[in-house]
Amino acid sequence: MSMLYHSQRAMRAKRQEAMRRGVIAVLDIGSHKIACLVLRFDSSDEFRPSDGVGAMAGQSSFRVVGAATTRSRGVKFGEIDTMQETERAIRTALQGAQKMAAARVDHVIVSFAGARPRSYGLTGEVSLQTGTVGDCDVAQVLAACDVPDFGEGREVLHAQPVNFALDHRTGLNDPRGQVGNRLSTDMHLLTIDAHAIEHLLYCVKRCDLELAGVASSPYVAGISSLVEDEQELGAACIDMGGGATGLSIFIKKHMIFADTVRMGGDHVTADISQALQIPLNDAERLKTRFGGVVATGMDDREMIELEGDTGDWHHDRRAVSRAELIGVIRPRVEEILEEVRARLDAAGFEHLPSQRIVLTGGASQLPGLDGLASKILGNQVRLGRPLRVQGLPQSACGPAFAASVGLSLFAAYPQDEWWDFEMPADRYPARSLKRAVKWFRDNW
Amino acid sequence: MRPLIARRGPVPLPPRDPAPSIWSYRFQRLWLTPLFRRLMRVGLPAFAVVLVIGWYFSDPAHWRGVTDQMAEMRREIENRPEFRVNLMNVRGASPQLAQEVRQTLALDLPLSSFDLDLDQLRETVEELPAVARAELRILSGGYLAVEVEERVPVLIWQTRAAPVLLDADGQFVAPLAHRQLPGPLPQVAGEGADAAVPEALALLEAAAPLGDRLRGLVRMGERRWDVVLRDGRRILLPSDDPIAALDRVLALDEAQDLLGRDVIRVDMRNPARPNVQLSPAALAELRRMRGLDQGDGNG
Repeated sequence: MSMLYHSQRAMRAKRQEAMRRGVIAVLDIGSHKIACLVLRFDSSDEFRPSDGVGAMAGQSSFRVVGAATTRSRGVKFGEIDTMQETERAIRTALQGAQKMAAARVDHVIVSFAGARPRSYGLTGEVSLQTGTVGDCDVAQVLAACDVPDFGEGREVLHAQPVNFALDHRTGLNDPRGQVGNRLSTDMHLLTIDAHAIEHLLYCVKRCDLELAGVASSPYVAGISSLVEDEQELGAACIDMGGGATGLSIFIKKHMIFADTVRMGGDHVTADISQALQIPLNDAERLKTRFGGVVATGMDDREMIELEGDTGDWHHDRRAVSRAELIGVIRPRVEEILEEVRARLDAAGFEHLPSQRIVLTGGASQLPGLDGLASKILGNQVRLGRPLRVQGLPQSACGPAFAASVGLSLFAAYPQDEWWDFEMPADRYPARSLKRAVKWFRDNW
Repeated sequence: MRPLIARRGPVPLPPRDPAPSIWSYRFQRLWLTPLFRRLMRVGLPAFAVVLVIGWYFSDPAHWRGVTDQMAEMRREIENRPEFRVNLMNVRGASPQLAQEVRQTLALDLPLSSFDLDLDQLRETVEELPAVARAELRILSGGYLAVEVEERVPVLIWQTRAAPVLLDADGQFVAPLAHRQLPGPLPQVAGEGADAAVPEALALLEAAAPLGDRLRGLVRMGERRWDVVLRDGRRILLPSDDPIAALDRVLALDEAQDLLGRDVIRVDMRNPARPNVQLSPAALAELRRMRGLDQGDGNG
């Protein structure tokens, strides 16, 4: 835990440095595409949160100056599978974005969907010594959370304090300065497979970049596509990507659950390719051009030519009706949505006060998906597009870029995490000078 | 699925990998580095230019060639008629002095205005004794205008060699023989008279009531003045405050007709005790009169 604490703190320091320089890149590594945005930050502090004004999700303090996207290679199920290929894809995207921004970028914040995220709810409780909650008490209560045994080879990706309770009052966002006896907290911990982080570090390092942060793609997609009320009242964001479908549940502006279904749009494409015996590229084109999930009588009459180049005359001159295509697509989409339903049920989504579900991600552009989803997930389903940020090109405004946009919001205004607080004095190694200094500072 | 049909003609290349190679990626990042970019776009060309110029001029023949060419171009420009000075015009000087100025400058006109060092020429002109101040200007049309302010002679100084003219500052103007004077000038004599010209002028002004009885002033021992009258009589003035002493003599003259009497010298060197030297005849007469008085007394 301590190692992770320090490496995450180091990443936060790099993010601060990038902010000072004014340029940072965000990289969304997806199974279908890798998108890179270059953000330029103004140094003015006029959009800091103040009384009655929220942080505006940080979206007004930066401007997108470069954007590039490339087809992803070597990424499967949202995690890096072939490192050399991924590295080349990252280089392609980054070079394009740098060229558009006409600026060199050294720091990058990365998000990815896969690596089997798992959520844990943690609680911690301390009794206050001074009667007033201070910074060190918050750090102490965060450190006092009993960490579950999440197994060998797992790493903590997010550890966000979600709720603070002081004596019998709960639901505090910021307990500092309040008076009480016992401070307890609820923390949301998200762990992923450790090797995914290591692969990512290797790829980023091979591109001469420095990692200034890592985020889970369902989380950042939720930040960008849920509106403020939904985040406040409770909603689930379903980010339907190419190789993985991420889902994250938000309430009170905090993520409380995230998970990934290891299926996505690429599986639909593969189904079409197998069923109709056409190449994957053609299958992708058919899916985006004629795809849908609800067949009507009109679709029976609409024939799609399946052009081939195999040399077999009969094989090259087939035609299928659109209804057949939909018949191929729909079971897989239903399967994905049912899997999502199962994950949501497991997370206890039905106990939330509001059960809004927002579909986003590239695969959510399938026509009729919202109708199908409302049958499976409940009737409060809408299609979400990411927040509009300054300077984002029109081509990068679609739902496929929800994670990229969310990641830029995350870069501009990251949520407080466990490592943003000072480590309490008794967690330092014994006989450390830092420990003495910290103890001294806390007590006087 | 790979096509099985054999194609005629050149086999199309497989689609190129869009990913940049690691070196092109690194080079592009390097190129986007502001410092490197500035170095390449400003520093390197500047360095190359300096290097080429330095290499070219490392051979002295090249250097000489370039300097010769520059000098040739410069001369061509200087010799253009726009810069030529054809005439010299001396103003503010008597014809004699103008002639003298021309001779001193000895300019071989026409000349290029680049070859004229006006400051030096002005100094040359001002070195002439009769010139107080000079101003040289090149006017359009190839004129060199020399404006001369002449020294005005106010005194004739009788030296051992020849009488010369002095201006109000005591500066030598010209020998008297070389000048046609518009009117008579007062005369001074004696060694060191030129060093006390302002005092002499003040004395002469004070001595105006003497009219044409005044012959001139003589500097005695480079210290004090004697006023010499036309009949050789002298008024000896002190070195301190000579004008007051002269005023006293003039007042005496006006009151008692001192100078109308038979005195040779009026000695005011000691202002507390003015002396009068009588002529021998007057002295004898005085003695006779005193003797008469004594004779009367003796009986």
